[in-house]
Amino acid sequence: MSSQTLHTGTGENPGSTTGTPTTHKPYRSRRLPAAGAVGRYAALAVAAALTLGPVLWTLSTSLRTPSESFNLPPSFLPINPDFTAYQEVFRQINIGLLVLNSALVTGLIALGQMASATLAGYAFARLDFRGKKAIFSLVLATMMVPVQVTIVPVFMLIRGMDLSDTLLALILPAIPTAFGTFLMRQYFLGLPNDFAEAAALDGAGPWRIFRSVYAPLAVPGMAIVGILAFNFHWNEFFRPLILTISEQNFTLPLGLVTLQGNLGTGSISVVLAGVILSMLPALVVFIFGQRTLREGLTAGASK
Amino acid sequence: MTTASTATRQAVKPPTARRSFVERWLAMIFLAPTLVGMALFTFLPIVGSLILAFFRWDIISAPQFVGFANFASLAQDPTVRVSFLNTIVFVVVAVILELGIALSLASMLQARMPSWLRVFLRSTFFFPLVLSAASVSIFMRYMFNEQFGVVNWLLSLAGIPAVPWLTSPTASAAVVILVYVWQNFGFSFLLFLGALTNIPKELHEAANLDGATGWKQFSNVTLPLISPTVLVASVMAIISALQVFDQPYVLTNGGPGDSTRTAVMVIFESAFQQLEFGEASAIGLVLTVLILAVTALQFRLSRRFVFYQ
Repeated sequence: MSSQTLHTGTGENPGSTTGTPTTHKPYRSRRLPAAGAVGRYAALAVAAALTLGPVLWTLSTSLRTPSESFNLPPSFLPINPDFTAYQEVFRQINIGLLVLNSALVTGLIALGQMASATLAGYAFARLDFRGKKAIFSLVLATMMVPVQVTIVPVFMLIRGMDLSDTLLALILPAIPTAFGTFLMRQYFLGLPNDFAEAAALDGAGPWRIFRSVYAPLAVPGMAIVGILAFNFHWNEFFRPLILTISEQNFTLPLGLVTLQGNLGTGSISVVLAGVILSMLPALVVFIFGQRTLREGLTAGASK
Repeated sequence: MTTASTATRQAVKPPTARRSFVERWLAMIFLAPTLVGMALFTFLPIVGSLILAFFRWDIISAPQFVGFANFASLAQDPTVRVSFLNTIVFVVVAVILELGIALSLASMLQARMPSWLRVFLRSTFFFPLVLSAASVSIFMRYMFNEQFGVVNWLLSLAGIPAVPWLTSPTASAAVVILVYVWQNFGFSFLLFLGALTNIPKELHEAANLDGATGWKQFSNVTLPLISPTVLVASVMAIISALQVFDQPYVLTNGGPGDSTRTAVMVIFESAFQQLEFGEASAIGLVLTVLILAVTALQFRLSRRFVFYQ
């Protein structure tokens, strides 16, 4: 399903909307709208600057000394980097613990989602049982329920399970995933059926067919589920704000917002150093898993 | 894709009764983690919310049945009412901006350009999506600071006097919208980019031959062809904008006054600050109904306006 469905085209030369011909014949190039092209490049440059500007400002301000961090003119390029703010952020808050909490919560949610969605997606795609359609619709319907509606009862349930103010309170409710199940079902439906037939002829039962034939093939689909889970839960703010109480259970976004509240506008480079540190794992995913993440994010719209 | 695979799947029906028995059990085991989890953390809470919405409960004393009083407070409590109005204004403006920016940029990327530039621009517009809304709001709050912020500094270069971004009701609402759109337009952008790239080249060439270029070609050829994506993108954008929380919470905490308070902020505050769990549930249900209405409208509109190939 992955690579064929979404052409967000890198090397292709897509049809133009401005009348620029797609062939290279020179006599046609007289119709190239020069003014339009200049305007287009200008607009794209402004959009790119507005998108990257705030991030660059954050990076270069985090590399100023805390006392200079609010001086004008602002800095957009990290010239003469100063790492005091990075040392300060480790002194001011236990950022190691925040990272550990975020990593534990995000990692376990991602693993849990990958496992449960693979199993459920496989059942919906390739196993026969009564009420399959109805159960699948029910699972999909949960996507329509916003987390803010269930949060009050979930909060009470967590209290009842004696899990308040623990990392498990964040992890357990996030593991069942309707979207992940939907993705894995699509993924298994896209795999050829011949393998199952061949394995069945060899006498393999349903479990063996899953275990030795389809599970090993599911890795790319699971990667999409895992990366989506990482992107969402690493950045999550609403649930940690409600379900954790003591600072030792805070995740990164919550810890940083608290730090900003404590420091005010005193030394912003310290807060921004924390922000930059918290972005690093997301940056790694962005660089190495961008394609997978793009496919996952847009998969919901192309069903 | 789905229909084809469904057809082939029928062909491999288990040959023996024993097999289908094993398969049923396996399916139950495979579904158990997801279904048990959903029963516990989604279905049970929905039922809980439905019941709680008719009670007054502060978690300490015994819950007290109050009928529709919690829903009535939606109409009477000025904070709740203003927050819903704010949310609706926010959704309308943010979604229009988001879709407009996304569609313009995606169309501009269809023009001939070096492929490294296209990849760079696509990555750039996509990048804010991997950041946390809380972190983004943290640095944007500094950038929009009235005295020291970089935004007012840039404006001062153009001779524009300092704007009280986070302390004036109108300006702070604008900041929340801008920060939200800055982070989220990349999602619709990706959807539009995919849809535009999938339009067969021949259609544009034929339109060129017929003399339809520029805006004419866009509105008569391109737009109808991507209308299913426009609809899906709008609905997804509306649904997520209705749930906005992180940005106003970090940027302005709903203020000044109630000018940037949103529906979800009111849910959060009535439950976890005022301990009005019943009222919070009632507000949550109204928000859910709004979301369901948007989805229902999508199906309606898609039958009337959307052009499917």
